[in-house]
Amino acid sequence: MNEINVSMLAPLLPEVIMASAGILVLLVELVARRKETAGLLSIAAVAVAAYYVPHSFGKSFGGMFVSDGYSAFFKFIFFINLILTVLLSMRYLVIEKSNHGEYYSLVVFSTLGMMLMASAGDLIVLYLGLELMALSSYVLAGFIRHDARSSEAAVKYFLLGAFSSALLLYGITLVYGLTGTTDVSLIGAAVVEKGLSTPLFLSVVFLMAAFGFKTALAPFHMWAPDVYEGAPTSVTAFMSVGPKAAAFAAFGRVFLTGFGSLSTDWTGILVVLSILTMAVGNILAIQQDNIKRMLAYSSVAHAGYAVLGIIVGGAEGLAAMMNYLFIYGFMNLGAFAVVIMLRSEGVRGEALEDYKGLAKTHPFAAAVMLVFMFSLTGIPPTAGFIGKFYLFKAVVGAGYAWLAVVTVIFSAISAYFYLRVVMYMYMLEPEGEAVTLSLSPSLGLALLITTLVVILIGVYPSPLLSFARLAAG
Amino acid sequence: MVPLYWYLWLGGVVFAIGVFGFLARRNIIIMFLSIELMLNGVNISLVALSHYMQDLRGQILVFFIIAVAAAEAAIGLAIIIAMFRNRDTLHADEMAEMKG
Amino acid sequence: MQYYLLIPLLPLGAFLLNIMLGRRVIRRQAHWPSTLAVAGSLVVTVMVLLDVMSGRTLNEDLYVWIVSGNFKVSVGFMIDQLTAVMLVVVTSVSFLVHVYSIGYMQDDPGYYRFYAYLSLFTFSMLMLVTANNFLQLYFGWEAVGLCSYLLIGFWYEKRSASDAGKKAFIVNRFGDFGFGLGVIMVFLTFGTLDYVSVFDGAGGVAAQTINILGADVNLITLIALLLFCGAVGKSAQVPLHVWLPDAMEGPTPVSALIHAATMVTAGVFMVARLNPIFSLSPVAMDVVAVVGAVTALFAATIALVQNDIKRVIAYSTISQLGYMFIACGVGAFGAGIFHLYTHAFFKALLFLCAGSVMHAMGGEVDMQKMGGLKRYMPLTYWTMLIASLSISGIPPLAGFFSKDEILWVAFNGGGVGRAVWALGTLAAVLTAFYSFRLIYLTFHGEFRGTEEQRHHLHESPAVMTVPLAVLCVGAVAAGWIGIPPIISSVFGVEDANWFAEFLKPVVGHPEIEAPHSTEALVMGFSVAVAAVGIAVAWVFYIRNREIPAVLARRCGILYRLLFNKYYVDEIYNATVVRPAMLIARYVLVGLSDGVIIEGVVNGVPALINRFGARLRRLQSGLLQSYAAVMALGLFLLMAVVVMVLK
Repeated sequence: MNEINVSMLAPLLPEVIMASAGILVLLVELVARRKETAGLLSIAAVAVAAYYVPHSFGKSFGGMFVSDGYSAFFKFIFFINLILTVLLSMRYLVIEKSNHGEYYSLVVFSTLGMMLMASAGDLIVLYLGLELMALSSYVLAGFIRHDARSSEAAVKYFLLGAFSSALLLYGITLVYGLTGTTDVSLIGAAVVEKGLSTPLFLSVVFLMAAFGFKTALAPFHMWAPDVYEGAPTSVTAFMSVGPKAAAFAAFGRVFLTGFGSLSTDWTGILVVLSILTMAVGNILAIQQDNIKRMLAYSSVAHAGYAVLGIIVGGAEGLAAMMNYLFIYGFMNLGAFAVVIMLRSEGVRGEALEDYKGLAKTHPFAAAVMLVFMFSLTGIPPTAGFIGKFYLFKAVVGAGYAWLAVVTVIFSAISAYFYLRVVMYMYMLEPEGEAVTLSLSPSLGLALLITTLVVILIGVYPSPLLSFARLAAG
Repeated sequence: MVPLYWYLWLGGVVFAIGVFGFLARRNIIIMFLSIELMLNGVNISLVALSHYMQDLRGQILVFFIIAVAAAEAAIGLAIIIAMFRNRDTLHADEMAEMKG
Repeated sequence: MQYYLLIPLLPLGAFLLNIMLGRRVIRRQAHWPSTLAVAGSLVVTVMVLLDVMSGRTLNEDLYVWIVSGNFKVSVGFMIDQLTAVMLVVVTSVSFLVHVYSIGYMQDDPGYYRFYAYLSLFTFSMLMLVTANNFLQLYFGWEAVGLCSYLLIGFWYEKRSASDAGKKAFIVNRFGDFGFGLGVIMVFLTFGTLDYVSVFDGAGGVAAQTINILGADVNLITLIALLLFCGAVGKSAQVPLHVWLPDAMEGPTPVSALIHAATMVTAGVFMVARLNPIFSLSPVAMDVVAVVGAVTALFAATIALVQNDIKRVIAYSTISQLGYMFIACGVGAFGAGIFHLYTHAFFKALLFLCAGSVMHAMGGEVDMQKMGGLKRYMPLTYWTMLIASLSISGIPPLAGFFSKDEILWVAFNGGGVGRAVWALGTLAAVLTAFYSFRLIYLTFHGEFRGTEEQRHHLHESPAVMTVPLAVLCVGAVAAGWIGIPPIISSVFGVEDANWFAEFLKPVVGHPEIEAPHSTEALVMGFSVAVAAVGIAVAWVFYIRNREIPAVLARRCGILYRLLFNKYYVDEIYNATVVRPAMLIARYVLVGLSDGVIIEGVVNGVPALINRFGARLRRLQSGLLQSYAAVMALGLFLLMAVVVMVLK
């Protein structure tokens, strides 16, 4: 049988680094006087892990763990997500009076879980990664212990998350029973051999529900608005990008590798879910007057766009999806960074009203927010346009021209609530006391990075496109 | 010899009871326990399948599920306690500050 | 040769700097970034010119923005002889105008804004001339139009200025609509928007026709005419010329740069750049030539009787642009570009001189209230005199060589050539007349303004007069690189038309087989008529100042027709503007705004809102209901699966 030796760990090197870093951060946090040290340490760990990602390609543990271009691309999304989240959090946690070092450790462990999900070649690893990611983020969602909203978010997230994990496990059990394996590529072979059967399709539906929960596809999205609103804003930013991308990574691998031969059967369902998601996300976002909640629904809607990549399938579709998630990460984190900037002692700064006349009082903040809102709407020359353009192109190329039209219509609806923020900032007069900005160097750095990248990808997208295309295989 | 599908039925029924309990009960602790029930339904099915196919993967997964469930319980109870401190209640319907 | 990128990038940087920091930080120093940037562009342009002269041309896609099948949005640059000439014209005139504006715009509250727009314009214009594909050309085309709109309406508090800006924008829409269709047709026909690929494929589709409303139309002719629509709008040719005179509401340096030397010549440049397409369609070429000739004469007649100093020059610009199109239409694209190049110098000079006069007169533009300014501002007088001699086509000034070349190729053009030549020659008389009418009315005779204005009269500061002097050198000598063999042979140089030789690889050069005697005759004739024009102006405005008034009385109808610019504005008002407004007010507002637009714009969101409010109730905040929705969703999916698979 297989001998266990150190060389088996080579493809896992980035994960090993991250695991060690998570523990190290916990230890450092005990002795460090400034908790920000722990955050900086986690960023340093990510830098080291990122360096080893391209050097770690290969399979390990009999194919249970796969490090390839696909997983590498997603890992970079997770790393960026972590770095930006840490930058957003440093000052914010102080304002929220929850400046505890284990926050950074949880972020690192959650990221580790995402990395395992992206690299999972086996449903067991997938489950473990997903739970590591989820358990850490449950705690993060409730991190402001003295805040009832934060706790409520954590409880909702936890119970519904555990519920969805149980659905995932039941789906895995069915697949295991029908194919005799949990290895994704072996499942693919078995599915090809055995063909379509009702129980197999039921297991596909269970898995779809579980992934739908993590990616916030309607009707499994119900948790997202409440949790996103209640969780600390930095955690909301973190959750709206990383776990979503990780779920999409696993979603794509399991469905296209494992059930790829049945794609004609399950894409129909996914199309329905996608349209439903876009409808619910965009229509309910219009109703919101809390910007965090609005961004939560927007995040639901964006999941509806991104899943188009899985519907299209193949390298083309995956590349479009990966590309979209990458861009989405920057613009969404950027938007949340602005939201965080408006949060200061005693002022929540989450209401849309707080953005009235921001262009007058804080023109810089307003200009940056404008870029992110344009990008989320998909207006050129921002990155959001590039993401949507290539997604539509893939959708049209796969023969779903009507679906692209539907998506464009919902995109147009989304302009209503994104540009309303712009309207509030630029066309209305400031009311009452002007909001004070809590701009720290780290937050400023995060804003700078996100703004620059959103514009840069908008005007010069080809490196990202070829990277995504290469990674999608 | 008990046939395989008896076990699968048992597992499915336990899972369904868990789902029903999760949807029907309002006490957060009970809801959480219902999830444990769902997991055990899964575990029963997995062990039965594993034994039937003479393949260890299913049992390996069961061990992991049990381990994760323990971690989940620890974290879940901590979260629930934090919630209880803030709201003085364990009733699910009373935590609906955020909605719409 | 990558350094050529600096040419557009420097003004872009200056624009960004001024627009972001102008209001608070840079303020009255706003001219520094912009002027230095365009100076840098000028230096790099000279380097590029030297490169091109040594035979190194370049055509590369710098980066691709998005690709979808054949359709590709890319930024690419084509640096060849034609581009090099345009770069020289744009950067040099732009630089001088930047310097001049330091004095002219001195106390303007929108100082930084002015320089920001100027830089943006320079950037856009440079992108337009360096493009290697239609889309970038279109982008530059629209961008310069936008800058023109912003700068015409620069003093937007003034009603007439903002109206003029709007007019320019709307009139250009008509032309650009055709231009846009032309670009789309190019893409549909050739499957690409790349210049080189389109030019390579143009020959293959020369004989193709398409059916429009039952008539077979030659495809290339259609494309060329659609593209030419854009040129008619941008270069203010009849019948879309009406915006340019009004555009004089903008600051005078803007008129010099945008509405004389660069932007309005974009149409000529476009036709020359796309000469492989135009050359394939004799019909389109004739249209170009006739439109040019008609415009040249038409605008010149209007200029005869205008009293607004800037409008006279504006009509003169329209007329001179007509000459350039005459050249293009008879296949002498090189001659058109040559006139574009010389015209840039003497016309920019005329405008800047006019600006200098207005500066001295406290913003007065009516020439009837000037006179005798020669004494007060000698430098302005002499430079403007030279510019007027140049535009009149008096040898050996720049305008003579370029205008003569155009008339000569038109004379030999065949087809409509002779007629076009006749119109052009007639326009030349008028050109000389109105140019010197301007000189005599403004600088000679008695001062006719108020006492306060007289007191205030002064020569402009050096920052304004030095650019005049530099441009004056151009107005004199710019033509000396395109001396026709008939003259140069006198001095023992066989082939001195370096300009035509230089452009030949890009635009070709028509071979004219005609005796030297004929050429000498044609040339002598045009010089003679110019002299006649000047002489008549002298008689009318110096010798016997009664004549114009008598003449105006005698030929009252003709005078009023000219004075009111053939009532074109009034005709457009009655036939296009008023009906459009009426339709907009009564039909569109009454019907569609109330029923359709209101219904769609307000109805759809209202519907969505009502639906959303209902949907919102589902998001109750209750954990159980969330789980129930999830379970229900899962159940429905399972039910569908079971039913379908059964």
